[in-house]
Amino acid sequence: MLEAKQDTKKIASFLLQEIDRLITKPVRLMEVCGTHTVAIFRAGIRQVLPTQVELVSGPGCPVCVTADEYMDMAIAYAKRQDVILATFGDMLKVPGSTSSLGEAKANGADIRIVYSPLESLEIAANHPDKNVIFLAVGFETTAPTAAATVLSAAEKKLKNFFVLSAHKLVPPALKTLLVDPEVKVDGFILPGHVCAITGEEPFQFLPEQYHMPAVVAGFEPLDILQTVYLLAKQIHDGRTSVENEYKRIVKKNGNPVARQMLAEVYEPADAIWRGIGLIPNSGLRVNERYQSFDAQVALPIEVEKTVKQTACRCGQVLRGLIKPTECRLFGKACLPEHPVGACMVSVEGSCAAWYKYGSGRYQYGTGNN
Amino acid sequence: MEQGTIKMEHGSGGKLSKALMEEVILPAYGNPVLNEMHDGASVSTAGNKVAFTTDSYVVKPLFFAGGNIGKLAVCGTVNDLAMTGSVPRYLSVGMILEEGFPIADLRRIVETMCQTAKEAGVMIVTGDTKVVNKGAGDGIYINTAGIGDIIEGTNISPKRVQPGQDVILSGYIGDHATAIMAGRHELVLPTSIQSDCAPLNGLVKEMLTAVPQIAVLRDPTRGGVAATLNEIAEQSGTGILLEEDTIPVRPEVDAVCEILGFDPLYLANEGKLLAFVDAKYSGKLLEIMHKHEFGKDARIIGKVTADAVGQVGMRTSIGGIRIVDMPIGGQIPRIC
Amino acid sequence: MCLAVPAKIIDKKDQLAVVELSGVRRDVSLLLLPEAEVGDFVLIHAGFAMQIIDQEEAEKTNELLKEMNGLA
Repeated sequence: MLEAKQDTKKIASFLLQEIDRLITKPVRLMEVCGTHTVAIFRAGIRQVLPTQVELVSGPGCPVCVTADEYMDMAIAYAKRQDVILATFGDMLKVPGSTSSLGEAKANGADIRIVYSPLESLEIAANHPDKNVIFLAVGFETTAPTAAATVLSAAEKKLKNFFVLSAHKLVPPALKTLLVDPEVKVDGFILPGHVCAITGEEPFQFLPEQYHMPAVVAGFEPLDILQTVYLLAKQIHDGRTSVENEYKRIVKKNGNPVARQMLAEVYEPADAIWRGIGLIPNSGLRVNERYQSFDAQVALPIEVEKTVKQTACRCGQVLRGLIKPTECRLFGKACLPEHPVGACMVSVEGSCAAWYKYGSGRYQYGTGNN
Repeated sequence: MEQGTIKMEHGSGGKLSKALMEEVILPAYGNPVLNEMHDGASVSTAGNKVAFTTDSYVVKPLFFAGGNIGKLAVCGTVNDLAMTGSVPRYLSVGMILEEGFPIADLRRIVETMCQTAKEAGVMIVTGDTKVVNKGAGDGIYINTAGIGDIIEGTNISPKRVQPGQDVILSGYIGDHATAIMAGRHELVLPTSIQSDCAPLNGLVKEMLTAVPQIAVLRDPTRGGVAATLNEIAEQSGTGILLEEDTIPVRPEVDAVCEILGFDPLYLANEGKLLAFVDAKYSGKLLEIMHKHEFGKDARIIGKVTADAVGQVGMRTSIGGIRIVDMPIGGQIPRIC
Repeated sequence: MCLAVPAKIIDKKDQLAVVELSGVRRDVSLLLLPEAEVGDFVLIHAGFAMQIIDQEEAEKTNELLKEMNGLA
């Protein structure tokens, strides 16, 4: 076991040396998956990368980009006596305009944390007198699990199970970023588990239309280092393509069965991304065939529209325009224990990860830094 | 009283209260001092310096692999006394029972408390039992308070933590928190996962006898190793740098953490300790610890630094550094 | 948005599989991966098997990294 650990350090060292050799001027690489944001921080990767390589977090945290309107609606549903809300733990602390699900739960709303959307089917079966609404959040990795759950509910003829969809799609968001003249990115670290579902094809536009190097990345520290190495090689060689570092999981064609289920239950819809705004066809909503499982259709609800005014700069952080430390609220008015924007709420939000795992390079002055 | 459940009358100080004491509690952990059933206990201590602590126990589930709330209640206070550099001597036990609580469960709990107290070499000398209406409690809540004799020649204090000292951890982390998660979110845990709940005073006595210069001892309970080390870094005005490759976590615990998105450094332990000591004593201390049942997996996991004061950092498997910050609340399962 | 772990399928009944990782077991749905069989290593996310892990590729990645390291 110790041998494996020594190997890891040696391989890491080699990859880092190569990256340093290949990259001769400042480059900015964007990771677009919240799980990568956390993985990068937990491995301490920014600490060891040569200074000319900057890693920036894009809009890959589906919790962060969930709009206030959705949270307000979820909270309104949760407060209804006839509703049990089932949600992934990630959503509990996300702020809406005035409150959060965590607060609603503390005040008596029946909110259950689930690890799998299938757990909410059980809740529905055990509580026939209640309406069970599952908060369907997540990208292309998680959306198929919600779709499969809806199909399961249909098969079981459950009449009291619904989903409230806030699913979003990654490629449209990347396109929106790339047409923004302010955004300067030299390469993309692509989300390995999203690609496990979609395959490589939906990301081909990056090299083909925008001359962007892109590599599909796994989540272990060496996966990420190897990804940066492959991107460095593309940049050095002046070529662009979608390469796959995560071959053990990501097949070229992804998971067709999962995609088929998405198409069966959902259809593309315009979606509002917190901090970015409306991106056409970047979200998923339940289609007409399954609308009896769509909470908004089956249990329409009125939600008061409130507009929050804050100095929150989540939008610019999500687009990789500024580092969290450049927002004047960061670390002062906006902290994990009282977040202003969702970037600070989600464990993997750029600001929370930055705060929690350290803003990049440390002052451990003596010894190996 | 074998069958049956707790009634309000068990808490009103009359015949049923007496019966509860005589038929359930005294037979479990009774002794000459407790049996006097006076308002308080009159006991002697070894000298002037006494350690004194209290803790309350509300864990759910009440019974779990490796123990129950009773074992926790005794070990928790025994361990706090040990971490204060004392030999634990006497405990008090206060219980709040909910109407309807099965007496058979109470019996199991108090019998375990007796066993654990014997193992730890402490005496339960006084206590109190109250009953609340159904719905106003949660089965059983226990409070234990304890006193111990401070060991001569020791001086446990965060103020004595200095840069250059070693941080020693006594064994595998996350076992307790994982054991009480069994069954949640449909995870089926192997029987190898048991709460590590244990009285550490025997181990601590040997450690302090061999190396009275130990600066700080603390047990990483709620909030895990991360919370405890952050507290010490802040209280001592130093930084702490851990080595990820040295942190001992069982594969099963790691698996649960990976599935639910938890970090083992933040999981509660009930039978582990952290020791801060000058590097020149580490070898000797580890030798002593390895000979003891509860210290056999002890190792150095990091060092105290003068850098990054008040912060805990960790050198990762690839040589980077990450911050191990103070947790805010408990961990909740995530999928992102 | 991608927290997923590899686990081995040790039992299968229709669309439900039992997976094991270091002794920890859980039922997972095979609705998204109907072709998975007992003995396969699969990626688990939110209670579903998402993709079969290609053991050969995993080995290849290891070997490649070791090879590169040899060149260093």
